[in-house]
Amino acid sequence: MSIQEFLQHVANGTSLGSLYALIAIGYTLVYGILRLINFAHGDIFMLGAYITYYGIIYTPIPWWLVFILACVLTGLVGLTLEKLAYKPLRGQPRITILISAIGASFLLQNLGVLLFSGRPKAFPTPAILSRTLIIGGVSVSLISIIIPIVTIIILAILSFIIQKTKTGMAMRALSKDYEAASLMGIDINGVISFTFFIGSFLAAVGGIMWGIKYPQLIPLMGVMPGLKCFIAAVIGGIGNITGAVIGGFILGLGEIMLIAFLPSLTGYRDAFAFILLILILLIKPTGLMGEKIAEKV
Amino acid sequence: MKKVILLALSAVLVLGSLAGCAGGGSTDTDSGSENDVIKIGVFEPMTGANAAGGEMTVEGIELAHEKVGEVLGKKVDLVIVDNKSDKVEAANAASKLIEQDKVVAIIGSYGSSLSMAAGDIVKNAQVPAVGCSPTNPLVTLNNDYYFRVCFIDPFQGTVMANYAFNDLGAKTAAIIQDVQSDYSVGLSRYFVEAFTKLTGDANSIVTTTSYNAGDQDFTAQLTSVKSLNPDVIFAPGNYGESALLIKQARDLGITAPILGGDTWEAPEFLSIGGAAVEGAVYSTHFTAESPVTDVSEVFLTDYKAKYNNDANAFAALGYDAYMLIIDAITRANSTDPVAIRDAIAATEGFVGATGNITLDANGDAVKSAVINKVEGGKFTYLTTVEPIK
Repeated sequence: MSIQEFLQHVANGTSLGSLYALIAIGYTLVYGILRLINFAHGDIFMLGAYITYYGIIYTPIPWWLVFILACVLTGLVGLTLEKLAYKPLRGQPRITILISAIGASFLLQNLGVLLFSGRPKAFPTPAILSRTLIIGGVSVSLISIIIPIVTIIILAILSFIIQKTKTGMAMRALSKDYEAASLMGIDINGVISFTFFIGSFLAAVGGIMWGIKYPQLIPLMGVMPGLKCFIAAVIGGIGNITGAVIGGFILGLGEIMLIAFLPSLTGYRDAFAFILLILILLIKPTGLMGEKIAEKV
Repeated sequence: MKKVILLALSAVLVLGSLAGCAGGGSTDTDSGSENDVIKIGVFEPMTGANAAGGEMTVEGIELAHEKVGEVLGKKVDLVIVDNKSDKVEAANAASKLIEQDKVVAIIGSYGSSLSMAAGDIVKNAQVPAVGCSPTNPLVTLNNDYYFRVCFIDPFQGTVMANYAFNDLGAKTAAIIQDVQSDYSVGLSRYFVEAFTKLTGDANSIVTTTSYNAGDQDFTAQLTSVKSLNPDVIFAPGNYGESALLIKQARDLGITAPILGGDTWEAPEFLSIGGAAVEGAVYSTHFTAESPVTDVSEVFLTDYKAKYNNDANAFAALGYDAYMLIIDAITRANSTDPVAIRDAIAATEGFVGATGNITLDANGDAVKSAVINKVEGGKFTYLTTVEPIK
C-alpha cells in the first residue's frame, strides 16, 4: 500500500468518523442527563434530513436558512416526543421508558414510510458544498472537511454550556441526583426539555451533514447510523460528550481500515462495530472516558 | 351530560348493528361471486431498498389489468402485497397470497433474492409464479412452478463483458459486488467468466471487492480499486447504493467507465447520482426508444396516457407477466393452478411488450438485451444484443 493510498484511507475514515461523532454527541447528551438511551435518536436524525429536503425543494427559503430552521424544527419534534412518550413514564422503572423509546423509534420509522413514501429521495446538496479538493494527491470532498470542524465547534459550545452556564449546572445536578435536584428548586421539566431540544437539534445537524455526504434519503436511514452512534457513545463512555467524539472517530477509522487492510472481511463491517461494542462492555464497561459510577448502598 | 353520553353510546350501538347487517349482506354476495372472480397475486417490494423497482413493475401490472380485466368470462382481481425488500417478508407475502387469498397464480418479484425466498413456497403449494425481472438462474432452476419473462444473468453478464472488451477496449476490470444480493454476486460471477474468456488472461480481473446492501460509504473499497487502476469497473447492485458508489468513485478521482446491470434503471439512480452517473452504462430488458413488437407500441402509448411518463423496462416486464398469465389461463381453459402452470410452461412465441417470449425447459425467457447509457441526465439507448442461439 502506497503512502498516498494510506493517507486517502485515513481521510476517508476521519470523514466517516466525524459524522458518527456528531450524531453520537446527541445520543450521549440525553443519556448523560436522563440515564435514558433514546433509541428514537436515529429516527429523529432521519426526520431532520427529510425536513431539510422538503424545505429546500418546496420553499423559496435559501438553503443555509433552511438548515437552521430544520434543526430548530427537529429540536421541537424531539421536545414533543419527550413530552408524549417519556414524560408520562418518569418515575417508572427504567426498562419501561426504554421500551417506550423503542416504540417511538418504530412509530417514527413507519410514519416516515407513510409520509415520505418508501422510495428514496435525493438530497438536494447546495452546489457550493459538493466540491472536491485534491490535497497532495488525496481527494477530499469539501463536506468531509466541514463535518469535523462542525463537530469540534459543537463539542466546544456544549462543553461551555455544561461546565460554565447555570443551565449546564442544573443539567449536571440532574444527572447526579434527580430528586435532590428537584428539591433544590431546579426546574426539572425545563432542563429536560432543553436537553431533548439540543439533542434533537444535533441529530438534525447530523442528518443534514449525512444527506450532503450520502445524498440518499430513505425512512429507515436512521437505523444503522443510530446503532453505530450508540456504539460510538458506549466506546467513549456513555454520557461523556468528549468520549462520544473519540468513540465516533475510533469507529469510523476502524471500519475503513478493516476494509482497507482485510478486504475479505468487508461483509463483516457492521459485525465489527457490534463486536467492538461487546468487547468494550466486557473489558471496560464505563468506556474510554466514562466515570465509574459508585454503587449506592 | 349523562344524557349526551348515553345518546352517543346508543347511537354507536345502532350504527354497529347496522354495519353488522351490511357486513353480513356483503359476505353473502361475496361468497356468491367467489366463483366469478379469479385472483392473481402480486408480491413486489413497495418499500425498502428496492421500492422503486417494485413500484415500476406494479405500474405495468396494473396497466395490463386495466386493459384485460376479464378471463374465461370472470373478473380478475389483483391482490398486491408489499414484500418490503426483505427475504423473510417475501416468503411471508407469498404464503399469505396462497393460503389466505387463494390466488391461482403469482407475479413477482423484483429482486432475485426476494423471488428465491418464495421459491419453495410456490413449489410446495403448486401455484405457478411468474417473475418479471429476477435474473439469477437459481430462481427457476429445479423449480417447476417458477417462470420468468426476462433473460438470465449468464447472458446479461456476457453482454456486459463483451461491451467492456469490444466496445471499450478494456483489458482489465475490477468487480465491486453486493455480497447480500444473489443478483449482484451471480451477475458478477458471469461477467468475470465471460471477461476472462475474452481476454484469455485469468489476471484480467484485478480485484473483486464487496459491500453489504444498505452500506452508504464505499470509499475504502474504491480507494483500493483506484490504486489498481482498472480499465473498467463492473458494479451491479441496487440503484441507490450504486448511485452513491459511483458518486464517491468520481469524488475520489476514479475516471474508469463504470458498468452495471438492469437494476440501475430507476429515476432515483439519476437523481441521487446527479452529474456523477453521467456515462454509466448498464444492460436492461427493454427501452421506449426501440419498440420491438406491435404490443410494445400499444404498451408505450397506453403507459404514456395513464402515467404521463415514458415507460421503463420494469413496467414492460410487469405488463408482460400479467398478460402471459392471462394467456395461459385462456389456453388452459381452467382456473386450476396446476393446469395454469402447465399452460405457462408450454408458452411459445407469446408476443409481449418486451419481445417474443418462448419459455425454455427451465422456465426462462430467451430474449435480447438492451444496453443503455446515462447521457445528459437521461437513460439513452445504445444498442440491442441478440441472444446466443
